[in-house]
Parts: sequence; C-alpha cells; structure tokens
Amino acid sequence: MARRLVKCKYAQAPPLSAVRSRYVTEGTSPAGMTPGGTPGREPLELVPAPRIFHLFNDNQLFDFSSNSEDVRCKCICPPYKDHLGHIYNKNISQKDCDCLHVVEPMPVPGPDVEAYCLRCECKYEERSSVTIKVTIIIYLSILGLLLLYMVYLTLAEPILKRRLFGHSQLIQSDEDIGDHQPFANAHDVLARSRSRANVLNKVEYAQQRWKLQVQEQRKSVFDRHVVLS
Amino acid sequence: MESEQLFHRGYYRNSYNSITSASSDEELLDGAGVIMDFQTSEDDNLLDGDASVGTHYTMTNGGSVNSSTHLLDLLDEPIPGVGTYDDFHTIDWVREKCKDRERHRRINSKKKESAWEMTKSLYDAWSGWLVVTLTGLASGALAGLIDIAADWMTDLKEGICLSALWFNHEQCCWGSNETTFEERDKCPQWKTWAELIIGQAEGPGSYIMNYIMYIFWALSFAFLAVSLVKVFAPYACGSGIPEIKTILSGFIIRGYLGKWTLMIKTITLVLAVASGLSLGKEGPLVHVACCCGNIFSYLFPKYSTNEAKKREVLSAASAAGVSVAFGAPIGGVLFSLEEVSYYFPLKTLWRSFFAALVAAFVLRSINPFGNSRLVLFYVEYHTPWYLFELLPFILLGVFGGLWGAFFIRANIAWCRRRKSTKFGKYPVLEVIIVAAITAVIAFPNPYTRLNTSELIKELFTDCGPLESSSLCDYRNDMNASKIVDDIPDRPAGTGVYSAIWQLCLALIFKIIMTVFTFGIKVPSGLFIPSMAIGAIAGRIVGIAVEQLAYYHHDWFIFKEWCEVGADCITPGLYAMVGAAACLGGVTRMTVSLVVIVFELTGGLEYIVPLMAAVMTSKWVGDAFGREGIYEAHIRLNGYPFLDAKEEFTHTTLAADVMRPRRSDPPLAVLTQDNMTVEDIENLINETSYNGFPVIMSKESQRLVGFALRRDLTIAIESARKKQEGIVGSSRVCFAQHTPSLPAESPRPLKLRSILDMSPFTVTDHTPMEIVVDIFRKLGLRQCLVTHNGIVLGIITKKNILEHLEQLKQHVEPLAPPWHYNKKRYPPSYGPDGKPRPRLNNVQLKPIAEEREETEEEVHLLNSTTL
Repeated sequence: MARRLVKCKYAQAPPLSAVRSRYVTEGTSPAGMTPGGTPGREPLELVPAPRIFHLFNDNQLFDFSSNSEDVRCKCICPPYKDHLGHIYNKNISQKDCDCLHVVEPMPVPGPDVEAYCLRCECKYEERSSVTIKVTIIIYLSILGLLLLYMVYLTLAEPILKRRLFGHSQLIQSDEDIGDHQPFANAHDVLARSRSRANVLNKVEYAQQRWKLQVQEQRKSVFDRHVVLS
Repeated sequence: MESEQLFHRGYYRNSYNSITSASSDEELLDGAGVIMDFQTSEDDNLLDGDASVGTHYTMTNGGSVNSSTHLLDLLDEPIPGVGTYDDFHTIDWVREKCKDRERHRRINSKKKESAWEMTKSLYDAWSGWLVVTLTGLASGALAGLIDIAADWMTDLKEGICLSALWFNHEQCCWGSNETTFEERDKCPQWKTWAELIIGQAEGPGSYIMNYIMYIFWALSFAFLAVSLVKVFAPYACGSGIPEIKTILSGFIIRGYLGKWTLMIKTITLVLAVASGLSLGKEGPLVHVACCCGNIFSYLFPKYSTNEAKKREVLSAASAAGVSVAFGAPIGGVLFSLEEVSYYFPLKTLWRSFFAALVAAFVLRSINPFGNSRLVLFYVEYHTPWYLFELLPFILLGVFGGLWGAFFIRANIAWCRRRKSTKFGKYPVLEVIIVAAITAVIAFPNPYTRLNTSELIKELFTDCGPLESSSLCDYRNDMNASKIVDDIPDRPAGTGVYSAIWQLCLALIFKIIMTVFTFGIKVPSGLFIPSMAIGAIAGRIVGIAVEQLAYYHHDWFIFKEWCEVGADCITPGLYAMVGAAACLGGVTRMTVSLVVIVFELTGGLEYIVPLMAAVMTSKWVGDAFGREGIYEAHIRLNGYPFLDAKEEFTHTTLAADVMRPRRSDPPLAVLTQDNMTVEDIENLINETSYNGFPVIMSKESQRLVGFALRRDLTIAIESARKKQEGIVGSSRVCFAQHTPSLPAESPRPLKLRSILDMSPFTVTDHTPMEIVVDIFRKLGLRQCLVTHNGIVLGIITKKNILEHLEQLKQHVEPLAPPWHYNKKRYPPSYGPDGKPRPRLNNVQLKPIAEEREETEEEVHLLNSTTL
C-alpha cells in the first residue's frame, strides 16, 4: 500500500491565541492504485509538526501496521437457495478482495461456489482513522475555544468592565445605546483606551477595533437588514 | 493640527460610518493602500476625538511627505488611500484594470535592472498561479474538515461510538462482523442514546428517549450555530452566493470575506448541517472558498492592491468551492462561469480550472466519505434508458420548474417579511423555532430523520439484491438465477408502498421547511434540500412508471422495450433527473448544473435525460418569473448588481436617464483652476455625491476630467497635514499649469494626480441599450453625458438599475411588489440637521428608498442635482 502524508490544513485559529495552525492527517492511496508499493511518505510541511505529533500517539502516525484496521474488504452476498444473505468483512489487501478470499467459510458446497460468488459484491474500502480523529479533535477544540470566548465576551467581560470603570459611566452608555448585546460598550472602551496609549494596549486596541467592526456588521444584518436578509 | 480642527467642525461627517473604515485591516476586502500605511500612521491620532467622526482620513496620512519645495512630487508619488473604495461602494473596473497594466509595465521596465528585480517580476508573474494553488489547498482541506465533522455530528444526534468517540456510525462499525442482513446496521460499539441512558435498545421507552435526545441535540446545535454567528461574524449567515455574485460584479462589502467570517462559517456550517435543518453545505462552501481566496490574495501585492485582479482570484475560488462541495471540478469551473462570475477572461478560466483541480485533489486525498470518491452519492449502475422515458423526464422537469417558481416566490415573500417587519428582530428565536419544528417532525419519518445527503444517496441508488432498505422491498423471484446487475422489473412489495407514503410526507415536509429555512441566520445552502426534493419526487415517479411498465407491459409504449423479465426502468435514474430538474428550477442554471450532476453521480450515459429535464424546468420556471433565487435575493437586498443575462429592449436615451433631471438643480461641478480648498470642502459637505466632474470654467463648461469624492477628501486632508501653506483660501488646481496668481495669495494645491483625465463619456443621444451594454461589459461605475463637449449630466450604475426597475414596473404592473415594505426609518439627516438631498425628484424606486432610509452610503455614486 502506498501511503502518503497529506496535509490537512485548517487555516483559522482562535482569536486570543496567536495564529496556530495544526495540520496533520494522513490520507490513504486511491483504491485504484497498484498495491504493493513500499510505504512512501512525503510529509508536506507547512507547520511546526512536532507540536502536533506529540499530541497523538506517535505510533499511530508512523507505524502503519497499526493502521491495518483501516482497510476492509466487504462482501455482501444475497440470499441464495436456502442460504440467507450474508455480509463478510475482512482485512485484506486490495488484490485479494474477492469473494473467494473473503467468504470464509464458504456456505455452499463446491459446485455452487461459482454461482454463489457471482452474486456477491465485494468492495474494497479504505479510510484513515487518524485523519478522522485529528479532524474531530481540531474541530471540537476550536469550537470549544470559540464558545469559551463567547461566554467570556457576553457574560464575564461586561461584569469586569463594570468593576473597572465604575457604574455611572456604563449605565449611561447602556441607556444611550439601549443595547445589551456583547461589545455594546466597545465604542467607550475604544475612546477610553487612548488615554493610556502604549504598546501593550495595541492588542486591546486591535480587539476593540474588531469588536466595533462586528458590531457594525451586526447592525446591518440584524437591525437594519441592509444585507443578507 | 488644522486637520483636528477640521474634525471638530465635522468636516467629514458625511463620510458614512467611519467605524468600518477606521477599522480596515487586512481582513477587509479592499482598501489595501490604506492598510499598508496603517501601522505607520500615528495611532494616537487615530484614537483622537470621537470615534464616530472621520477617523478614517487620519489613517491615510502616514505616507507621502511632500515638502513644500517639491510640489510636483504629488504627481509621481501617489497619496496613500487614493484609489481605494469605501464600504458598500462599487469599484470601477476600468480604472482598476488601468492601474494593473501600469503596475505591470513598471515591473517589466525594471526587470532588466538587476537580478533582484528579475526575481520580483517572476514572482509577480507566478503569483496568480500561487494564489489559486493556495486557495485550492485551503478550500479542499476545509471541505474535508467540514465533511468529516458534519458526518460525525449528524450521527451524534442518534448515538455515540463508545470505543472511539470520534467515529460516526459507519466508521464505528467499520470492522464489525454482523453477518446477517437483519443486523447489518447494528454493531455493539455503536450505542444509541436510549441504550446509554435507560439501557434498552428496543421498545417505546427507548424510542421516546431517542426522540428526546434527537430534539435536544438538534436544538443545541442550532442554538450554538446562531449564537456564534451573531456574536462573532454576522456576515457568516446565509448561503453567501448572492453576495459573492454581487462582490464579483464589483461591489465592496468589507469583512464579508474576512478571517472571522471564514472561521465562523466553517464552524457553524457543521453545526447547522448536523442540526438536521433543511439546508445544505454547498453554497456556504463556495463562500468559504472565496474567503480563502481573499485571504491568500493578501500575500501577493498584485492582488491585494487591485480590486479587479482580486475578483479574478475570487472567481477561481468559487470554482474551487463548487469543486469540493460537489466533487465536481469541471462543474465548478462552469458554475463560476455561468452563475457567479461577472468578468471571466480565459486566463481566469484556466486558473479556475487549476484551483478546482487542486481542491478536488486535496479533498480526494482526505477521502472524507471513505468510498475513494469525491462525493457521497456516486451511482454505479449503467442501465440504459429508453426513448419513451423522456416523457416522465420532461414531466419531472415541469415539476422542477414549478417547484423553483413556487420556492422563489414563497421564500422571497418570507424573507421580505423578515426584512421589513418586527419579526426579523428575533433571529435566534427564529432559528430555534425552525430547528425545533424540523426535529419534531423529522424524527418519526425515517426518510427525513436521515441526513439529507444520505437520503439523496439512498434515492439515487438502484435496487440490487444487496439492498435492504424498504425502498427495495420488491417481491422477489427467489429462483431466478441471473447475475446481480440485471434484475428485471418486479412487482412492488408492501415495503415499497409504505416507503412511497413516507416519501410523499417527506416531500411535503421538505418543501415547506426549505421555504422557511433558507435565509435564517445560520449558514444555509440550497442545493442539497432542492436536490432532495427533486430526488424524492423523481423516485416516486420512477417507481410509478416501473410498476406501470410491469403491469402493463403490453401497452404500445412499453411493448417494444419492456418485455416480461426485462429490466427497463431504473427508479434511481428518475431520482437523479428529478434532483437536477429541481435544482435547475431554483437556480436557473443549465450547463453547469448538468455537468455537476453527472460528475456527482458518474452517470455519463444520462446526460440527455438530464439536459431535457433541466431545460424544461428552466422554461417552466422562466414562465413564472425570469430570475433565479440568487438574483431574487440580490434584488430583495437591493445590491447594485447589473445582470448581464437580462436584455434591455427599451428605446430610452441617455438623456432620459442621466442626472440631474430637468426639474433638478444643475450638476455639482468643480472648475479646474478657480476654486479654493474651502469651496471644495463646502461642496463636499453640502452634497452626498461620490464624484464630481471637473470642467474648464463656469463659462465654457467643457469637460476636463472626473474627481472622486473619496480621493478629494483624502488628498485635501493629506495636503493640509503635510504641505505647508495650504489653507482654506488656497486655490485648487486641476490643470497642468498653475494659473498666475496675485503675489500675496497662498500657494495653490495641485490635485492633478487624483483627477481621472479619461472619464467615460457618451452623448445625450446615445440609446440606453448601448449605455447599458457599456456598463455591463466594461464594468463602469459612472459615465458622463456630454453635448458638444459640454457636460450635461452623469449616469451611474445605480441610475441604470433604477431605470431598469422603473421600466420593469411599468411594463409588468403585475410583477410582485418586492419593495412592498413600509418605511421604517426616518430620513437620514445631513450634518446641518436638514434632510439630505434626495437623489432626484422623481419617484424613487424601491431600491433607492430602502437605501436612503438606511444608509446613504450604500448608494453608488450619487448624481448631482443642485
């Protein structure tokens, strides 16, 4: 089986962390490929790979023998005479994927084997369980981070800001905007943050700018219905 | 410091929401010139003053330092920010293309100077291919991620794989050895929620438990999706294709193709698909691919600084998007050509082809469906079809056209309601309600409980002896000894009849739910639900024809082909044809659709049936209304999209369309050398027009050129900051030579560099047919109307759209009143508290009304009416 490392790239990263992309996955060769080649790997690197690799079991990534679960030859044999329909499933190389190799024990006596096997349909299938695992883990972790950030923005941040900047200002601004959505006070914060302009504030500044942008988008989509309605 | 005073005077208050402008960063679609200089400009300055006032001019003054002694430097050194566009503005294709050619010439002329320049020119030449390669890679990988994650999450509604949590049902049972047909869908590793929670796998208790868990997961996925969209990236909702069409035709929506939109769309698309809502992931994948294209184009100055070039990348990206969405690379290229692209030269065709290839290759390597194919529904039958079958195929085409017409009307009516009434204020609630209704109704019916793609796959599949679904419950002739592929038509068993009932219910359910689902505030595509509806209808028709042929094989139409024991009808093929017909009815695509469907299913033999059905459905659909769903949505939202497919058949002249109208005040113009800075500032303040013709003098009125409002404000602002001696009473000079001035007067401001010396002009007697054609083919933003070389007026893209709309209303008074919403917003007020000038005194078309109520900037170039 010729196998390759194929890069699976997820280009986006959660907001707070620096852009951190993780790519890994392993694809398997097309079914039509000639089997029997030596395992050739060309890791197409875009990424600091080691960081990912230690997350997962190294064996699973590099030792392909443990991956042999990932191929199967599935034969479905319809009812024949008095035999019920059967499904056979076997780990076997593509070249051997036919009824004669997979259907064991053969339910019919010798003369009928050919007739029986003609009706069976054998399919060779491959998957990459590592790809699936890594994809799901990446997906769930990004989703989790986003959810945490969302909860932080909607619940925790207003409370923190309230403490930091005192009541009066915020209550006033709340009345002004009449809007308890997240980021509602971004204008304020942006205006306020100029008073302590230093390098450290740049991150916060960028964040506030982004918030204003989102707020603007939200206004045009949900309130004014100018776009995307 | 003068500039700060300017701010306080509210000089630029007309500039619309400066928030967006101030926050332009590389994630925005455009404004690259601004971006480059953003970091170098004084951040403190940016934060100065009320954030809502004119900050976006501050950020443009980072570059160009023009000392007073080098006035002429202005001509060579471009002022940063000049030539960029505001949010919700239209680009000028001609200008952008000129800019690109000039850049190209510059690089070419430098090429011979050094090896470094040579490398740079090579890099420049290759950057087009590089950017589409990267786009293809990224969109293929993202599509793989979405496919895998969506499969897993969809199955999460039913149960979970205990041995490996990240496997879906199919993968979980990968190696299981359940050998009999009855047990083929069961395996010990896969636990349904009922088994896990109450410990029984069968019985009413477990059914109810599964039902509850199904609804619970559907609701939580839908809720997560809509709240993520709402909090992080509102632009991520919807299908995105109408907006991408508009953007590709030369409109600017900042942030629409940004990083956050990409991330949120990818994440929430999975949630939305998994929640079981009646939506698909194909349209949003096009949006995702376009986001990738936009983001990668920032790596290459050739594309990041030029809006027209960037749109070439986006065209290629949309091809890559369809390529991975359907696993149809060629179909993707044709889709880009037929449906979304506006400007599609051959070079873009090849790049699209390449992007589609790369994307499909990456997706294939990830192999998300485990079938070594790009798509889930690949059919493997190659049974022939017969001539008489064209009749049912055409009937399916009629059904598809009717469905398309119905869907477009109903969905647009619903969306208009959402847009114009209070109901639109509760997007989260709406999504939750729709998801709840969908989940509650979908669960009892096995065909709707299934993931829609799975359903389509099942409907497309032909019934072999290996199938166990009730759709294939035919009465079998046990002792037939034929081989698998050639099963004769058989009488239907009870399973088939009950399946037909369930399919009918599923059809009604899908039709209703899709109308209400498309347009809710989660990423939602239309292809899959439409195809599902068509496939259900087609399968029902197919089974009906099959049974008809079986019981009446002596009818004259069947006699020739359908003898007893012959396999002449394939219901799966009918499902395929129905799917294509319905999709064609909704989107009104033809060539690309047929190619997509045959690539999707691998049924190369069935091109003729597909073509017949798609063509019929287009005819039938067009009989009820000429526009597809995307055009309808573009019109609903009032995007400035000049459809190249529509014909202009009226006999009006340019003079009838141009502004100002007869009753309006005259055109606001600049003179080339006798206005002061203050005059211009006043003019800018008092009007909301986006550009001003420059004439020789008030007396001669001859045209010199055209200056854009944004360029003017940026240039004046920059000059006030950087050049000494520029005050309110300085003369502004657009001419080549500065006029002789009295000795004590302040130094003149030369603005020739921002003047467009070659504006497009037509004469007042040019027929509108030609004007419309010029606008379409060249992608103009505005065009001046002259008479004997004297400027009479101006025609903008928006004027043309208004004109078309007016004619349409006039000609087809029965057309649905799509602007049928009452005014909800007070008229916008100018800086002095007076209402802003109306565009013109004639009755404004709905598009104008809506825009004006909401945000004036969305207007294209406003024409001048004094």
